[in-house]
Amino acid sequence: MEKKLTFKSKLLNEDEVRRALTRIAHEVIEKNKGTQGLCFVGIHTRGISLARRLVELVERFEGKCLPMGILDITLYRDDLTEIGLQPKVRETRIPFDLNGKAVVLVDDVLYTGRTARAALDALIDLGRPSRIYLAVLVDRGHRELPIRADFVGKNLPTARSEVVKVKTQEDDGEDAVELWEVEV
Amino acid sequence: MSASATPTFPPHLLDFQDWSRPQIESLLETARMMQEVLARPVKKVPALTGFTVATVFFEPSTRTRISFELAARRMSADVVSFSGAMSSTTKGETYRDTLRTLEQLGIDAYIIRADAAGVCHQAYRWLGKPVLNAGDGWRAHPTQALLDAFTLLQSLGSLEGRKIAIVGDILHSRVARSNAELLPLLGAAVVACGPATLLPASLPGARLTTDLREALEDADAVMVLRLQKERMDKGLLPSLPEYIAAYQVTQARLGWAKPQAPLLHPGPMNRDVELEGILAEAPQSLVERQVANGQAVRMAVLYHLLVGRKRSEG
Repeated sequence: MEKKLTFKSKLLNEDEVRRALTRIAHEVIEKNKGTQGLCFVGIHTRGISLARRLVELVERFEGKCLPMGILDITLYRDDLTEIGLQPKVRETRIPFDLNGKAVVLVDDVLYTGRTARAALDALIDLGRPSRIYLAVLVDRGHRELPIRADFVGKNLPTARSEVVKVKTQEDDGEDAVELWEVEV
Repeated sequence: MSASATPTFPPHLLDFQDWSRPQIESLLETARMMQEVLARPVKKVPALTGFTVATVFFEPSTRTRISFELAARRMSADVVSFSGAMSSTTKGETYRDTLRTLEQLGIDAYIIRADAAGVCHQAYRWLGKPVLNAGDGWRAHPTQALLDAFTLLQSLGSLEGRKIAIVGDILHSRVARSNAELLPLLGAAVVACGPATLLPASLPGARLTTDLREALEDADAVMVLRLQKERMDKGLLPSLPEYIAAYQVTQARLGWAKPQAPLLHPGPMNRDVELEGILAEAPQSLVERQVANGQAVRMAVLYHLLVGRKRSEG
């Protein structure tokens, strides 16, 4: 049942990814009026690498290393019966108190909004942040839920038949955003 | 999300007759995932929200029922419990009438324990809903075998070519029968050992022996079963001291097995009867880990029976 994909184009290269993340880091600090109470939570898998980058960038700009957690949302999805047999549950680790924090939830692609919805539930199970922001590298549209991102690296209009792949140095050996087409 | 090579699942867990090695391995992989959930500060996920699970225990058992109920609740299923010992079955209601009554309440999956073999199979035919055997008579106790396999795999890495000795009252043991069915599926060789009066005529999947030394020699793991003292009354054993002298698993006898061979016991344990008491706390004893693993394994089974087998339905 593996979908056949064909490569279409590279949407962002390494420099563009870096610039987008740099801008997001500045925007986060600006919106939060500094680093007070700020923390980052990355959603498996690429969201974790991106959150780690944002933590590094904020440290570089503000001289403060902010806390970071990782979140697995698999068993919070509303489409478990659709995703087949083997759930891939990974570690959830938030090594700090979420209560009263301003959490920046980080994911690679915002699409239907279902992952973000599940992530909100998973996060709220663990504490009561004073607020939750959503940061994504790519917003590709086609929302199925009333969810929007606070920080977006790049808005990319796409067709549903297309797949947006975010690659990171840590997970894939290079930083890039690529557009692929599902073969029919 | 790729699910290409994963197998489909039977709609029930009655025994392992309908299960293949890839299916079992996939189920145990899910159990490993569930362990991850159990390590979290909030040990609850909404995966089974909206499902109602019934534990129907025609034979009393506290630990197994608690383990199942907690497993279901950790995944946000609603749980109702029916306990035959305190309920209408003592007033003469049949298994079928009890289950039919529960059926009217909109139960999505049944976890059934019964004193008679075959009740779970029958229940699946009557209800057509996922049925999970929590122990039927002497016949099968599949989730116990799964948690044993899971615990053994954690400790040994692989069961391929491993010798697993099961010692005790094999004849009356559904745990022995289910392990003899399951462990060979994962590549292990099972040797079941006990006094002749407590061995069945045959045990599919296992070699039988009355010689404890032969059973333990070079064993990669040893599973000790409870000796029910009431067996004495039926004349199956001459005396407890005699059983202990010949079959108690002691520190000295464990020396026949491979060094640090893990020691398992499904509980409840009669210390200093089937097992030398101090061994329960020995470093190679996995008894407590078995209990913890039981929960993860039961979460995995419920997950697959209720949501994780869509592909098999096309």
